[in-house]
Amino acid sequence: MSEITQQLPPVVEFPSLEKDSFDIRAIKNSTLTLMVWGIAIMASIPLFSVIFMLISEGGSRIDIEALTEIPPAGFETGGGFGNAIIGTFVMVGIASLISIPFGIMAALHLAILDPNSKLTTISRFLAKVLTGFPSILAGVFVYAVIVITTGTYSAWAGGVALAVLMLPTVTLAAEEAMRQVPQRMKDAAYGMGCTRTQVIMQVVLPTGLPGILTGVILAVAGAAGESAPLLFTALFSNYYMAELAEPTASLSILIYNFSGMPFDNQIELAWAASLVLVVLVLFFNILARVVGRSKFKE
Amino acid sequence: MTSLSDTGEFIAKKYEPKGPVVLDCQINNIYYGNFRAVRDSHVPIEKNKVTGFIGPSGCGKSTVLRSMNRMNDLIESFRFDGSIQYHSNDIYGKKVDPVVVRRYIGMVFQLPNPFSMSIYDNVAFGLRLNGFKGDEEEMVVQALKRAAIWDDVKDKLKNSGLSLSGGQQQRLCIARAIATEPDVLLMDEPCSALDPIATRQVEELMVELKEHYSVALVTHNMQQATRVADVTAFLGVDISQGGRTGYLVEMDDTQKIFEDPQQLLTQQYVRGEFS
Repeated sequence: MSEITQQLPPVVEFPSLEKDSFDIRAIKNSTLTLMVWGIAIMASIPLFSVIFMLISEGGSRIDIEALTEIPPAGFETGGGFGNAIIGTFVMVGIASLISIPFGIMAALHLAILDPNSKLTTISRFLAKVLTGFPSILAGVFVYAVIVITTGTYSAWAGGVALAVLMLPTVTLAAEEAMRQVPQRMKDAAYGMGCTRTQVIMQVVLPTGLPGILTGVILAVAGAAGESAPLLFTALFSNYYMAELAEPTASLSILIYNFSGMPFDNQIELAWAASLVLVVLVLFFNILARVVGRSKFKE
Repeated sequence: MTSLSDTGEFIAKKYEPKGPVVLDCQINNIYYGNFRAVRDSHVPIEKNKVTGFIGPSGCGKSTVLRSMNRMNDLIESFRFDGSIQYHSNDIYGKKVDPVVVRRYIGMVFQLPNPFSMSIYDNVAFGLRLNGFKGDEEEMVVQALKRAAIWDDVKDKLKNSGLSLSGGQQQRLCIARAIATEPDVLLMDEPCSALDPIATRQVEELMVELKEHYSVALVTHNMQQATRVADVTAFLGVDISQGGRTGYLVEMDDTQKIFEDPQQLLTQQYVRGEFS
């Protein structure tokens, strides 16, 4: 009798590929995902509650009168903060005129002309330190340099104080944007017979422009909301500005002044001015995102 | 056959060009700081021919090529010892402005590098740079046609140059380089980042381009050299003096280099025994 061993094919067990919700990794995964969602929502609560509060408290007072009239005195009713809106725009404008050209030229030096020298390393470090500079000190500094020497609070002084704060932001953002321009693009330009000036003007600046503009606009948004540096430099005024060399109103100082007053009318105006300021800053931020998109993307 | 060719004393047999020479490169030494990158290489670039440069990694092919339009001047520690005659002018002469040199000796790089502008502006860039007075559009169209990319882009000249595929970008860069009608076109491994189909298109293009221009081509791909180059220079690496110094081993007609090389090193390299 011959032994016939029947060889059965080996049974292969395929692993299940279905999702097992009770697997330890699946549980960890869903818990962590939930936590991250929860924390993200929590983090956005302050922003949305601030905006909600501003709209509910200040929204009702926003009308043509509030946007154009000058501030009321004491027990007066009505009035507005048109002069403060103008003042904020003028001072931010002065600050931009000073800080944008200087910032971009400084960025050019840091990013392109001399990126590795000692001077550059030190300047870049100082610019970073300046971004964290307490804004009130910018005010005190300009107070000592301009207000005392000219003998008056002025829109000039306010603009210069804001420029001091904008300069490092503009410089560092523009430097970063210019650094992002790939070396091979610069090589291509040099290879076509560009001088260094032509490489900068025709390749580096146009290519880095969206990034540079983003930095500039964010700096403008930041400056529009500043109050501390204006306290010592532009002070405040209850009237429309007649010239640059006189105390000038601004939205942030108006909010500061009016919110502490014992009159309901002024407090309402402070809320309305806050809403205007937030909308302004938000607008600049959105603008920064829009221009930040390059026209010629890959 | 000699095996002396990988020692420090070896100097390649002089290649006798058969036609007119547009760039006569006599390189004695090229240094980056104290590092000697290339030594003793005489590589004439002939008119209306494709001159290929092959050799193992680090043999200085790209360095040699980038010396021909003074691109290496952008590297601070670069030092060139020798002469490159271009129409009886030494481009390394004291009074020569490297910016001007680069307008006559164009370059196509390893990675396609269009500017972030429209396709049209990319090609017109060089013309505007030189203050070209004339029919700009005609020149742009002609360059795009010569670079064999006209059919791909004729309907979207306003689109971004960066929106094209890799092969199209490289042909756009070639169009940009030839729009200003340079004398010599230096191509530094122009196909190394391209897929086989794009590579083939660019190779065919190079063969057509030599009708109008003289081409110097660095390639890592020996088959490419056999397909495209009329004359081939093989560079080796000399490690006898500590560093890795590149030098010319042999230069001759491409067919001769690949079928009957005179140097053992060349033979080993073209057979694929080392790379």
